[in-house]
Amino acid sequence: MKRIFAALAAALCCISGAATMSGPTVDQAVIEGEATPQKLSEFGFGMTTGSYRPTAAVGYTLRTPLFSDYAAKDRFVYIPNGREARVTADGTIEFPVGTVLFKSFGWPDHNGGNPVETRLLIHRASGWVALPYIWAADGKDATLALGGRRVPVSFKSPDGETHSIRYAVPNKNQCKECHSKNGVIEPIGPKMHNFRVEQTGMQKAPPIRFRTIPVRSVTMPIWDDPASGTVAQRARAYLDVNCAHCHNPAGSASNSGLFLRWTDDPTGVNYGIGKRPTAAGRGSGGMDFAIAPGDPAHSFMIYRLESTDPGIAMPEVGRSTVHREGAALLRQWIAEMPKEGRN
Amino acid sequence: MRFHGFHAVTLGILAVLAANPAAAKTISVSATTPDANEKLQEALILAEPGDIVQLGAGVWKLVDGLSLDVANVTVRGAGAGEGGSVLDFTGQQGAGEGLLVTSDDVLLTNFAVLNTKGDGIKSKGADRIVYHQLRVEWTAGPKETNGAYGIYPVESTDVLIDSVYVRGASDAGIYVGQSKNIIVRDSIATENVAGIEIENSYDADVHDNIATKNTGGILVFDLPSLPMQGGHNVRVFENIVNDNSTPNFAPKGNIVASVPTGTGVLVMANRHVEIFGNIFDNNGTANVMIVGYRYEHKDPKYQPLPRQIVVRGNQHGKSGFAPAFPGGQQIAAAMGGTIPPVLWDGSGDAIVLDQVGVLSLNLPDVKTPQREAKPSPADLSKGTPPAALPTIKLPDAMEAKVR
Repeated sequence: MKRIFAALAAALCCISGAATMSGPTVDQAVIEGEATPQKLSEFGFGMTTGSYRPTAAVGYTLRTPLFSDYAAKDRFVYIPNGREARVTADGTIEFPVGTVLFKSFGWPDHNGGNPVETRLLIHRASGWVALPYIWAADGKDATLALGGRRVPVSFKSPDGETHSIRYAVPNKNQCKECHSKNGVIEPIGPKMHNFRVEQTGMQKAPPIRFRTIPVRSVTMPIWDDPASGTVAQRARAYLDVNCAHCHNPAGSASNSGLFLRWTDDPTGVNYGIGKRPTAAGRGSGGMDFAIAPGDPAHSFMIYRLESTDPGIAMPEVGRSTVHREGAALLRQWIAEMPKEGRN
Repeated sequence: MRFHGFHAVTLGILAVLAANPAAAKTISVSATTPDANEKLQEALILAEPGDIVQLGAGVWKLVDGLSLDVANVTVRGAGAGEGGSVLDFTGQQGAGEGLLVTSDDVLLTNFAVLNTKGDGIKSKGADRIVYHQLRVEWTAGPKETNGAYGIYPVESTDVLIDSVYVRGASDAGIYVGQSKNIIVRDSIATENVAGIEIENSYDADVHDNIATKNTGGILVFDLPSLPMQGGHNVRVFENIVNDNSTPNFAPKGNIVASVPTGTGVLVMANRHVEIFGNIFDNNGTANVMIVGYRYEHKDPKYQPLPRQIVVRGNQHGKSGFAPAFPGGQQIAAAMGGTIPPVLWDGSGDAIVLDQVGVLSLNLPDVKTPQREAKPSPADLSKGTPPAALPTIKLPDAMEAKVR
């Protein structure tokens, strides 16, 4: 293992800045200044009707993504020309100042597939800033919504069910609730163990280059691909991505004592096994344990994932719909746990 | 160099001035503004240190939780009663609480939060927070579908809760968790499962409150497997704790679901707790209960016993006439209809100097199931009480905010 970590640590310049492109010109001063532009177009990424791919940015996906009401998400990273990202020993990607991470949310069957919102995480000299922008119905430009907003959307989930929800675009503080580590904003998704650079598609930007990193040895499984890992491994990947941004000792749910990172001991009380509710209120659903091994029907982790009541539902932010497929994976994982492990 | 010291002081003052922009402002938001929810949230985001966010009078119909993450901001309403600033979350669609504060030096004052789906007002990692003249209420009264906590500071140092009213919480009306240096005073907690609860916390004064018509009036708890535990140094004094007769309506599984109806003050698995000068009356199970944590746990660092508990100088009215713990009715019948005002499970140690009876269940080992109780009167008046705990002192700037 040591050698692998050493190799990771040594790998620098994983992602290099894009070359100058024709077309829209990115306004680096706006990115790195302290102002908060009212319109997304002010950054100069040229995102508008017909092309929601920011210029000079590189697409990426996550092996296991956060569930957000079945929204399709387009993710991009923009790194200014000549600057470098680095990978640390634990797989965290350290992006340089001037970086912008983009995440656009939409549904293929809603408003012609135009995105509903685009969230930016901007790395400024003073730290990361999270800004939510909501697209006009015509898709020409998006407007800052610091206070968040409820947007009515309709879409079909993979099982064919039609959902009509008031989708919640998070406010600036809610962005931080999830993106917080010891009270400071940082990116969640782009970590080497979960990061996949777009291999195909439009290549207006030069590809990201990885220097011989043995990524394979540390990657998390893909939650819905049985070939990528066991049920338990995929369930843990799901928990890491969907829960651990708050449920870690430096996150928004630090006081819960429930810690669900990929690196946490998956057999301990602090992983929920035989853990009694703490400050759960109605979230306990009348049950004694977050996870009762072998008994998903008496595991209130499942109860909370399958609820949309704000007093019960987990995650607290960013979900108005039950993720049936994700909950089913966790149900199976708990059902397959030996009962004797029970507290 | 003669003025070196002087310069250091001057620089200090300049640094303070620089950190406190002179242009502190008041941001007023009206309840009748279109998109009031969004506008209020924007105001809470755009506020700068030193600013006041002024809530207009009226009923605010809110559908999403609010949050504040800017230090040294005051959120001030036009009053916590009818006609004041009432944040009504009856139609809430998202967020785990009505208002979440995650920044330091915040003052919340003079408004009401009603009918949140989850907790009322939560502050996390928010040092030196002041909750003042607030009302958090579930207006239909006790219901299992009410939110868990009314006022809920957690993981904070220096907490002041002063002159608040909380009603209907399905867990604790005022709940302070995993915090240090705490004062809860001059407040009313009624018709909650637990009126006031200090949990996994150090150094707290709970005084001059009224805890009435809850399931349990005032709880001092410590629970295992949490980042901060080993609760200690808590004084519960000069409160009125009466008629805590509301049947327990907490969702099962939560620790407070095990609190017997008719509990006055309940101490579980803490050390150095002083209960003095309180007025107890009409608590059907017991005025004071002292117990260990009797559930299974796997936390080797956890201390499940109550230790160094002192009960002195309290007034005891009627109690013990309806003991609502398993076997309680039979014990009461055997003792002539009521059990003594102080109930101890027999674990850990306590000193009771009040001139009233103490009933011990004689279960010194917390692993012994409660059904094996061998109840008998106990004399806990012997022994030397530990040195009196010091008065909790909060930073002057906090006290100045409520003067």
